[in-house]
Amino acid sequence: MFAGFDAVVAPSASCVGTVRHLHRRLTGREPPPTHELSEFLVDVLGVVDVGAYFPHRVTYHPTCHSLRALHLGDRPLRLLSAVRGLELVELPAATSCCGFGGTFAVKNADTSTAMLADKVRAVLTTGAEVCTAADNSCLVHIGGALSRLRTGVRPVHLAEILASTEAAPAAALADRRAGRAADGLDDLDGNPGAPVVAR
Amino acid sequence: MSRTWLGLPRRVAEPSPLVPPRPFPEAARQALRDTQLRRNLAKATTTIRNKRAAVVAELPDWEELRVAGEQVKDRVLRHLDDYLEQLEASVTAAGGHVHWARDAAEAVDVIAGIVQGTGATEVVKVKSLATDEVGLNEGLAERGIAAWETDLAELIVQLGEDAPSHILVPAIHRNRAEIREIFLREMPDVDPGLTDSPAALAEAARRHLRRKFLSAQVAVSGANFAVAETGTLVVVESEGNGRMCLTLPRTLISLVGIEKLVPTWQDLEVFLQLLPRSSTGERMNPYTSAWTGLTPGDGPQDVHVVMLDNGRTRVLADPVGRQALRCIRCSACLNVCPVYERTGGHAYGSVYPGPIGAILTPQLVGVENAPSLPYASSPVRRVLRGVPGSHRHPGRAGPPAGEGRRREAGARGADRGVGGDAGDGVGVR
Repeated sequence: MFAGFDAVVAPSASCVGTVRHLHRRLTGREPPPTHELSEFLVDVLGVVDVGAYFPHRVTYHPTCHSLRALHLGDRPLRLLSAVRGLELVELPAATSCCGFGGTFAVKNADTSTAMLADKVRAVLTTGAEVCTAADNSCLVHIGGALSRLRTGVRPVHLAEILASTEAAPAAALADRRAGRAADGLDDLDGNPGAPVVAR
Repeated sequence: MSRTWLGLPRRVAEPSPLVPPRPFPEAARQALRDTQLRRNLAKATTTIRNKRAAVVAELPDWEELRVAGEQVKDRVLRHLDDYLEQLEASVTAAGGHVHWARDAAEAVDVIAGIVQGTGATEVVKVKSLATDEVGLNEGLAERGIAAWETDLAELIVQLGEDAPSHILVPAIHRNRAEIREIFLREMPDVDPGLTDSPAALAEAARRHLRRKFLSAQVAVSGANFAVAETGTLVVVESEGNGRMCLTLPRTLISLVGIEKLVPTWQDLEVFLQLLPRSSTGERMNPYTSAWTGLTPGDGPQDVHVVMLDNGRTRVLADPVGRQALRCIRCSACLNVCPVYERTGGHAYGSVYPGPIGAILTPQLVGVENAPSLPYASSPVRRVLRGVPGSHRHPGRAGPPAGEGRRREAGARGADRGVGGDAGDGVGVR
């Protein structure tokens, strides 16, 4: 699949974990060097300050795959700390799973929701207005609860924050200024912060 | 295009202590509504997790100990037939009797037969998962023999006509007021002014149990370890009730899973360091009892060891799944599992709850009879890095693609395994 490329970069610890740990078993071939975004920035490019501007109170949820599949460590936190205007607040019980877990959230919806409730409670205690992570799948899950509870906390992917500048603020926040329903409150069946799903 | 089915298959066998009566999601839905349970679980699992992290951090060679534990268990499993015969010979040479039980029914028959041979109509019991697994108390009751649990939490569970919900702390789902109510209802001579203070409840249990200890002629135990070289059985416990059962009655019957063997006392040393730290978060447990056959004039004079298969050779036959037989039942996996932490043990519908239950139960009874358990796991990779007997995990070794549904399901449950970053306090690989 990655033939002809020197490296793979993905803004998803889960996806990178899959390529890194399963590609060879599934295809019989080694994948090219595969980097999660924060690994790529910190380890390969040697950059911590990407010149981003994001004047918001932010808490970071280290996803299960960030922690235990990729061992991203403090790379995302170092990147966030260097963002101008950003106030980083520590998430209590941060290493707990949010309850998403792929099909787990469907096959065991009640247990998944109980785990999510604890995660949302932790996010709310931080007083953050933004919850960020290195996996959109977890952010979709957490964001679903945050919007349905009308918490006023939005899920924003790490990449969006790092791409945000004074001239071009993060898309979700720009949408809000333009009066669009970026927080999903007008669209209860939709998932705020959801990635566009390829059909 | 392939389709993804998001439902869960249904079991085919009748429910038993191992076969869940209903699918995990259904049982979990009910458990999640229990606010007392949720609070107790969150508190207890966090407390034990932190205690464990602290005592594990004290040992510079913890990782080596875990690897040693894994290797000892693997050696036992590779040569299980030899070690079992060695154990039989050494127990017999020390004056004990060895029996073999292929399944739960045989185990109950053998034990009931021994009890009936003594003429006793009641037995005292040491906390034992193996006896729960075969439904011993119910089986004995059908034959007119009363079995009294003597571990405090097991006593609470038994008097409440309830089932254990945690391997180590079986009554984790009960609060003090409920325990007081159970004691007032079920203990014949209890002080009617009993309060729900922990000291008062413990005293009531002590008085109740003391009478049983002093009158019982037969005790039934499990064993944490069986040393093949010498025929020694070992029970590790906290309350001292086990020591009473193992020394006071004339007849002692121990039901032991065939995977509980260690080759020598030197191997035992590894596990006596691993188990208390992983289990209760203690450097050493209060009571470690070891007995080798019988000692004339001291302790039980009629000693029986019943070796239990009950699906274990089926697990052993699977080159990936057999790693679950390394388990020493420390219950550390329950305490770090985010699913267990919310649902508690009853939702698993089986004697073995939590992550170990999710992989062991389906293998013991056949995946078709516990089809929802392997899915009772969010793939957080948090659990088994902290577990002594499972350095690597079936999920990591993984089944090659396309190798049969049973294997795949077994490994799926395991996939949550192996995890644990330092932040979780569950040890580091």
